[in-house]
Amino acid sequence: MDNIHDFYNKMEKGNIMLSFKGEVTSDLLTSILQIMESKMETLEEPPKIKKKVYNILVECLQNLYHHLDDDDFKTKINEKSALFMIRKVDGEYSIMTGNFIANDNVDLMQGRLDRINAMDRDELKVYYKEVLNNGEMSAKGGGGLGMIDIARKSGKKLDYNFNKIDDEYSFFSLNIKVAQ
Amino acid sequence: MADLKLEGSPKTPTIEFNSGNGYLLIRGRSIPENSIEFYKSLIEALEAYNDSPQANTKVDIQLEYFNTSSSKCILDVFKKLEVINSGNSEVIINWHYEEDDEDMLEAGEDYQAIINIPFKMIEVEEE
Repeated sequence: MDNIHDFYNKMEKGNIMLSFKGEVTSDLLTSILQIMESKMETLEEPPKIKKKVYNILVECLQNLYHHLDDDDFKTKINEKSALFMIRKVDGEYSIMTGNFIANDNVDLMQGRLDRINAMDRDELKVYYKEVLNNGEMSAKGGGGLGMIDIARKSGKKLDYNFNKIDDEYSFFSLNIKVAQ
Repeated sequence: MADLKLEGSPKTPTIEFNSGNGYLLIRGRSIPENSIEFYKSLIEALEAYNDSPQANTKVDIQLEYFNTSSSKCILDVFKKLEVINSGNSEVIINWHYEEDDEDMLEAGEDYQAIINIPFKMIEVEEE
């Protein structure tokens, strides 16, 4: 295991503040939020940035949590696992997530993301209110508001990618940058 | 009587509902994974309150953070209050937000646009 140092250097150079790979549980979520809150406190981030990052973190982590929570999700070892990283480069925060998604769901998901990305600030506000007021709420809660909220709060386009793994699954990556 | 008192936690807000003086307070963070379950008791308390509400009902919302799953439940709470407001009680919602927290102000305005109850936006100093 002489490459642990390389691994460390890669994370250091990539300005990774925190990373996690594995199953996202409710307790883990609580811990990550506490850690990030105290880190941002130590870094004396302006309240505005702190709140934005915290809010987006909550939505990203809960997306992973609810996704993994799906009962109909077949359990192969990898698929319950997700990747989550936070980095800060030149004062700008990025929140990155990665998880497996069934190929059957890729088109629907991509359609939603593209629809959000095509909207400006005001259009997002209207769309948010529309989904909030008329959208069906799933038992788990989200009801499709999460990504709209992330786009609104981050003030940037959702940077995403789907990598096809095999006939069944793709790896979904999302990189959210928080506008200063 | 449909009073309710829930202590806040890292993921759930403090909720105080006093049917005797028509007062509801929601304060803190609302980021539970399962919001529907959390807000169920408040929704039920408001339904019971609607049977014999006070002449005036005052609501203070002092949220620091809330997730999108809570935002649906908060809308449900406001919809219950809307029914109460169109009945025998005059409802006012005080939406508190910290200065510079445009996202929280905007969230209040989103609700204001949907819900037919007088909203008052109250800016508070950062702690």
